[in-house]
Amino acid sequence: MLRSETLDVELVRKDFPILKRRIHGKRLVYLDNAATSQKPKSVIDAIADFYRKHNANPHRGVHQLSIESTEAFDEGRKKAMSFIHASAFEEVVFTRSATESLNLVKYAWGRSHIRKGDLIVLTIMEHHSNMVPWQLLAKETGARIEYVGITTEGFLDYGRLERLMRESPRLVAFSHCSNLLGTINDAARICSLARRAGATTVVDAAQSVPHMKVDVQKLGCDFLAFSGHKMLGPTGIGVLYGRKALLQEMEPFESGGDMIKSVHISGAEWNDLPYKFEAGTQNVGGVVGLGAAIDYLESLGMEKVRSHEVELTSYALEEMSRVPGITVYGPRDASDRGGVVSFNLGDIHPHDLASILDEEGVAIRSGQHCAQPLTESLGLSATTRASFYVYNGRDDVDALMSALGKARRIFCL
Amino acid sequence: MSSSDIYRELILDYYRNPRNFGKLDPHDIDFKDSNPLCGDEVEIQVRVSPDKKIEDIRFFGKGCAISQASASMLTELAKGRPLEWVKELSKADILKMLGTTDLGPARTKCALLSMKVLKAGVYGYLGATLEDTTDH
Repeated sequence: MLRSETLDVELVRKDFPILKRRIHGKRLVYLDNAATSQKPKSVIDAIADFYRKHNANPHRGVHQLSIESTEAFDEGRKKAMSFIHASAFEEVVFTRSATESLNLVKYAWGRSHIRKGDLIVLTIMEHHSNMVPWQLLAKETGARIEYVGITTEGFLDYGRLERLMRESPRLVAFSHCSNLLGTINDAARICSLARRAGATTVVDAAQSVPHMKVDVQKLGCDFLAFSGHKMLGPTGIGVLYGRKALLQEMEPFESGGDMIKSVHISGAEWNDLPYKFEAGTQNVGGVVGLGAAIDYLESLGMEKVRSHEVELTSYALEEMSRVPGITVYGPRDASDRGGVVSFNLGDIHPHDLASILDEEGVAIRSGQHCAQPLTESLGLSATTRASFYVYNGRDDVDALMSALGKARRIFCL
Repeated sequence: MSSSDIYRELILDYYRNPRNFGKLDPHDIDFKDSNPLCGDEVEIQVRVSPDKKIEDIRFFGKGCAISQASASMLTELAKGRPLEWVKELSKADILKMLGTTDLGPARTKCALLSMKVLKAGVYGYLGATLEDTTDH
């Protein structure tokens, strides 16, 4: 039953030590993957192994450990580079999170390229991380922001987007996959429209890179951000992809150690890419962990990861449609969405629902999912969200359904 | 006690049919706060009698069953009491009012939001400093 046509879930689960945990005496059913993913043993071991055997400050010493640490750091960057099909090593900048990656673009590109009266185009479905930096930038520069809304089925309003392109925007920032609706946006189409309009594109890929094959060449984006912890890697490591030509002309983000070539009393010369944007001692352990996570995902195959999630989401949507009083948000067809299903059940507030589900060992997210404007535009104050990953199977969806049944009984629905 | 035991008939009744829900005019105290984690919102308005008692009280808000039932029950408990009584209110009093002893850290915040709002309002009215409104 657990062997989907694409992944052997039973086998995958053996690689994740945390899944052996009991929660309130029940099997852990972890369905909060859009918030963060669990880590396979290979990632945990790679990080421990780095600190046990190879730890030193990279790029600084000539001693053996520093050389090994530098190699480990470079190796991780090469893995990230090939994972998203970046064309050069220099195009992959390490940050501490997707949020920091987006802020890097705001500071190092935005402040020197966005001027008073310029148009910034965002979508209503952005995570706060890809909305608030641009709102601040607009406030600082006097630029204006226009938002692309959604259709009743939860797709972006491409007609509105196309009309906005006629107003010559300077920047178009959007999420590849909505963390609330699950909607996968046609990033290649948006980037192409934006490019023709002369705009620079920023893609928030925090919900797509972990779950599907993402090729920055095919998307044709200028910047793309994602984080390690949502893709089986550790917390505290993020990636910014940037087109080399853009990164080259940009001024640094943070300044200090490692990002400089030479420092004199009269000033400093910046280091080469990508180091220009990596000030201070870097999170080498995090990069090693991210590299191990990429290895793990590639061993499963990203196409299989994607089809597994489509299959599971499809099953979940079907099962949920039978629950009386439930409202499910986002596109109906699982192939149009990531493995994210947000819903409401009768008049049960999502936090109450989350408490009842937790007691059954089912971990889900409740609230606004850092997407308050989208939540409000749906006329809601909160939703409950189940999100899937490689170790989830139909039995997890079944456990969710049975816990929802319990909630309905408790609330007399 | 398991956390879902809190959702007894009484709590659900207060959630679905909240007592003292709405606005109070005129009022002497009006305070509002929210729980940033959950988005629960509670606003409490109080009319104070000449002898510094809670003559009338209403609450307004939205959020989970625990936060809203707790606010409604608190208004019933507080009505007619001296303002000084509000100062003495504690976490234990609220949990007792809800018929539980422990809700866990995440949900305790929901339960205590209305007490925090009422205390802040009363302290503000009395012109006292706001030094003990959360009572952890």
